[in-house]
Amino acid sequence: MSTAVAQKRGLGAAIWDYLTTVDHKKIAHLYLYAGGLFFLIGGLEAMIIRIQLMKPDNNFISAGLYNEMITMHGTTMIFLAAMPLIFALMNAVVPLQIGARDVAFPFLNSLGFWLFLFGGLMLNVSWFTGGAPDAGWTNYAPLSTTSPGHGVDYYVMGLQISGAGTLIGGINFLVTIVNMRAPGMTYMRMPLFTWSVFVTSTLILFAFPALTVGLFLMMFDRMFGSAFFDVGLGGNAIIWEHLFWIFGHPEVYILILPLFGAFSDIFSTFSKKRLFGYSAMVFATVLIGFLGFMVWAHHMFTVGMGPIANSIFAVATMAIAVPTGIKIFNWLFTMWGGQIKMTAAMLWSVAFIPSFTIGGMTGVMLAAAAADYQYHDTYFVVGHFHYVIVGGVVFGIFAALHYWWPKMFGIKLNEKLGKLAFWPFFVGFHLTFFIQHFLGLMGMPRRYWVFLEGQGLETGNMISTVGAFFMAIGTLIFVYNVIYSAKKEKKADGDAWGTGRTLEWAIPSPPPHYNFVQTPLVRGLDPLWVEKMDGKEGMTPAEPLGDIHMPNASFLPFMMSLGTFIAGFGFIYQVDNKAWLIAVFAGMGILLGSMLVRSVKDDLGHHIHKEEIEEDIKKGVAK
Amino acid sequence: MAYNSKPAHHEEYQRKQHREEMKHQVLTFALMILFTFIAFGMVIMEVDTYFIIPTLIILAIVQVAFQLYYFMHMKNKGHDMPALMMYGGAAVALLTIITFTTLIWW
Ligand code: HEM
Ligand SMILES: [Cu+2]
Repeated sequence: MSTAVAQKRGLGAAIWDYLTTVDHKKIAHLYLYAGGLFFLIGGLEAMIIRIQLMKPDNNFISAGLYNEMITMHGTTMIFLAAMPLIFALMNAVVPLQIGARDVAFPFLNSLGFWLFLFGGLMLNVSWFTGGAPDAGWTNYAPLSTTSPGHGVDYYVMGLQISGAGTLIGGINFLVTIVNMRAPGMTYMRMPLFTWSVFVTSTLILFAFPALTVGLFLMMFDRMFGSAFFDVGLGGNAIIWEHLFWIFGHPEVYILILPLFGAFSDIFSTFSKKRLFGYSAMVFATVLIGFLGFMVWAHHMFTVGMGPIANSIFAVATMAIAVPTGIKIFNWLFTMWGGQIKMTAAMLWSVAFIPSFTIGGMTGVMLAAAAADYQYHDTYFVVGHFHYVIVGGVVFGIFAALHYWWPKMFGIKLNEKLGKLAFWPFFVGFHLTFFIQHFLGLMGMPRRYWVFLEGQGLETGNMISTVGAFFMAIGTLIFVYNVIYSAKKEKKADGDAWGTGRTLEWAIPSPPPHYNFVQTPLVRGLDPLWVEKMDGKEGMTPAEPLGDIHMPNASFLPFMMSLGTFIAGFGFIYQVDNKAWLIAVFAGMGILLGSMLVRSVKDDLGHHIHKEEIEEDIKKGVAK
Repeated sequence: MAYNSKPAHHEEYQRKQHREEMKHQVLTFALMILFTFIAFGMVIMEVDTYFIIPTLIILAIVQVAFQLYYFMHMKNKGHDMPALMMYGGAAVALLTIITFTTLIWW
């Protein structure tokens, strides 16, 4: 509705609308556009890496540029593509699934997005200002502390800013899920996607501070002459590794858990069955989140922690395979005997099961500390994490986008094109990464600019590069599908797939900006399905029809993020010339000034009146 | 809040609750001040450091607990989730400290 109004008011008004919005559905769109763009940029970097490694002793790009490519590919894909795409799904779906009209802190929601975007832009500005970061996405000291130029400074400031946004987002969703559930929606009636977002947000809350601390130490080492990681001055480079992985391992579960949740919802919708073993699934999700904090040192088996520490972390790591296995079997049992509808969303989900399982298996292999001395820092590890991240996270994002697209945009993605995008991507994915396990076992190290002739690595690398092109084709077909569907597909029903079980399918696609005309009453797990089985059309309301209170839009989050962005540049360049401190003060001034405005100016939001809502119901845009 | 139409006995009950609450707060406040005096006193009188450090830490922990449970009402109902989050965070922080003291500076 509101988009249509905005279009009438012209492009400028639409842009202003998005710059100031605090509506979780529009913030979901923003996360999707920004994350999608960074996904394409990261993909381009991946293609350049694969072209360089197409043949032995290749000279497609220089060694220095290659280091920048692998660093920016990893950093972009994890922090600027996967994370925001997950936040897009969280924003689009969670408030609807729990029967809320918005998140707990709409202003902070917008602030989280803009901080992420400015952090991401900052990282990518480095390409044009004398070189991107080049110490790997893990940014180990002393490689990072001694890297010349400002590349690594951009890494530090960019991630610090976007990391603050992520932390804000995580806290927001925690509070939303704890406080804003509709009457009757107990914890054990929450859809699995909401559950996994809850656990993920907890992981964000506990894991991101470790990264924040690490980045601050790194910032002081690089910009203000401290020596936390400088062995020569009594520091210790290993501290960075610990801090990074105390954050880093939970981070990989932050990435995968929401998609585990999405798969659970998709499998049960398209099998027309309730999820098999709901409480076991919840338990497994919580257990994975818990164990995720005890295993970070499996990334450091070869650092020299000693056999006792290595053994403890090896056993803890292998233990995670158990709850993960529970989930895999429960998905299979959910499909077993169901009326399966093979939509594009389902196709991605079914393909996820074997792909991810392979990644989990190589994970357990890596967890055997003694064997890891052989695998570590080879292409075997590259194979492992791409199987879990692409086969799990990326497949999951594609599946979830197909599934929730009608809820987000009011139209379905074209099913034929969806399947057409899936096949080259799926085939290309296995071509690219399966062979990399063997390249690793044959001794090919990761992060090397070239490999030599006559060591038996030629064929494998060629196959891998060919596979990457297939994946690129799949991605482009998906992008084409988005444009095609926007033009050609017709409006989707509220219950777009006909077998929706959870609350988001009880309201129109897309929902009006207040989501629910009346807060629904939840009478069981899969609340919409419960009502359908009782022969009802929609949900039973839990409140009478009345005025709805909604938050006001605000330009302040954009200004605050812009302030940190400007201050970030000041911090980076004050090393060369103290005049840049002006940028630090100006940026911080904008930030603090905006915060002051926010705290002295009362903003009580606005009301949508009963008459307007009745009008919307008559027009069929609200229910 | 606006119009008080609660029955009289309910009001009576609430008033009693408030008095009880007030008593607890005053008591814990007095104890906290006492603890602070003890802490300062021990430092001023130069008690043996092996005794002072653990005692100070214990006193600090008790004060934090008083603060959280009595002044910030964590002892009241409906604070399970904040408690879970705080203990979770403390556990992660503790794990980090243990790592840093055992694995890095061994
Ligand atoms: C059964 C579950 C898993 C086990 C046992 C496992 C185990 C491991 C181990 C031991 C390593 C270190 C290898 C080395 O550097 O020598 C590793 C690396 C990695 N894993 Fe996993 N893993 C599992 C699941 C996952 C998942 C679900 C993800 C992400 C969604 C993931 C992402 C990664 C990444 C990104 C790295 C490499 C980081 C780097 O060095 O750049 N893993 N895994
Ligand atoms: Cu890990």
